[in-house]
Amino acid sequence: MTIKDPSQPVPGTYLFDGKMAKKGYGLNKMCFSFNEQSARDEFNKDPDAYCAKFGLTQKQIEAIHERDIIGLLQEGGSIYYVAKFAGLLKLNMQDIGAIQTGMSLDDFKAMLVKRGSGEE
Amino acid sequence: MANIIGAVTTSHIPAIANAMANKAEDTPYWKPFFDGYPPVRKWLNEKKPDVIVLFYNDHGLEFFIDKKPTFAIGVADEYHNSDEGWGIATIPPVTGESELSWHIANSLVDDGFDMTICQEMKVDHGLTVPLSLMWPGNNYGHVKVIPVCINCEQYPMPQPWRCFELGKAIGKAIESFDSDMTVAIFGTGGLSHQLDGEAAGTLNRKFDLECMDKLVTNPEELTKYSNLDLVKIGGAQTVELNMWIAMRGVLRGKVTELHRNYHAPISNTGAGLLLLEHEMPK
Repeated sequence: MTIKDPSQPVPGTYLFDGKMAKKGYGLNKMCFSFNEQSARDEFNKDPDAYCAKFGLTQKQIEAIHERDIIGLLQEGGSIYYVAKFAGLLKLNMQDIGAIQTGMSLDDFKAMLVKRGSGEE
Repeated sequence: MANIIGAVTTSHIPAIANAMANKAEDTPYWKPFFDGYPPVRKWLNEKKPDVIVLFYNDHGLEFFIDKKPTFAIGVADEYHNSDEGWGIATIPPVTGESELSWHIANSLVDDGFDMTICQEMKVDHGLTVPLSLMWPGNNYGHVKVIPVCINCEQYPMPQPWRCFELGKAIGKAIESFDSDMTVAIFGTGGLSHQLDGEAAGTLNRKFDLECMDKLVTNPEELTKYSNLDLVKIGGAQTVELNMWIAMRGVLRGKVTELHRNYHAPISNTGAGLLLLEHEMPK
């Protein structure tokens, strides 16, 4: 496991604190809007225009384009709002778990089963 | 005084709602999880609590990070569920209990807990999944629910000891309510899990089982953890244990464990279920 952000005290974990909440405000606000079907439709119609409406930074826009979940977290995304973006992409928590850990979905699920049984 | 008769802990993840909607309860994946619930449903149907005080966390439905309450309490007569961006089916309105809610809110603020008091509050899967689990077919309309929402999403978050104290203060408020109504407490969420980052998929079965033991016999032990301890031991979202700790703080009399189930993984979490009976001190 790589530690991409050495300022975070727990490896592989992005604590969503005041600094991140400020950095990711527009991004999270956009994702919060995805609670509404009309917002999801508007995003799907023209993602760039929708990102612009919420003042996303270039890095955030790139991470949205690339479906880069880790990138979104590093740019201030909160998992609770990023999850709504994942929902829009029809991805569930295990799908995005696999994306973030760089595993296949089956390997990610197998890891959960091992850990759940106390084997790991 | 109102009588606190017992408590239930349960997971509240959206995948459970989807499994129920898809009638997947008896599939090999879900059976070990759903098999835990009938004894708890039976207890609730026999004891018929008038009110449920339900601790949960909002996952970005009612509260956005523009304003993030540390502790919030609903004081409405009715609560509504809404689209969370996930495609989970919305469920019928939840009945509130505004008189006891206001009594608890007044008492809590007097005791130093600066609650956000909500006359309108959309309730998400954190609250609705436990109700659907306990009363399948969404037959929970007869039960009055008081939502108590604890911030588990944005740091700074209240620490476990503070959540335990909140529970104690709520217990005191319920006991001072001039009514013969019966109250059960729900602690929802948890246990070990991590959704975000390269460490996504973290689970800690041993810790989860220890927590369930301590919750019954020695909850003060759990209040020694910091939120960061919980993140390190069980993963980022293990902070949801705070809702269970708050639940346990409400119970000050004799606590008897009537039933438990633990199964992991359910989606990405360790899913624990406890039924605790509570006998008020004479």
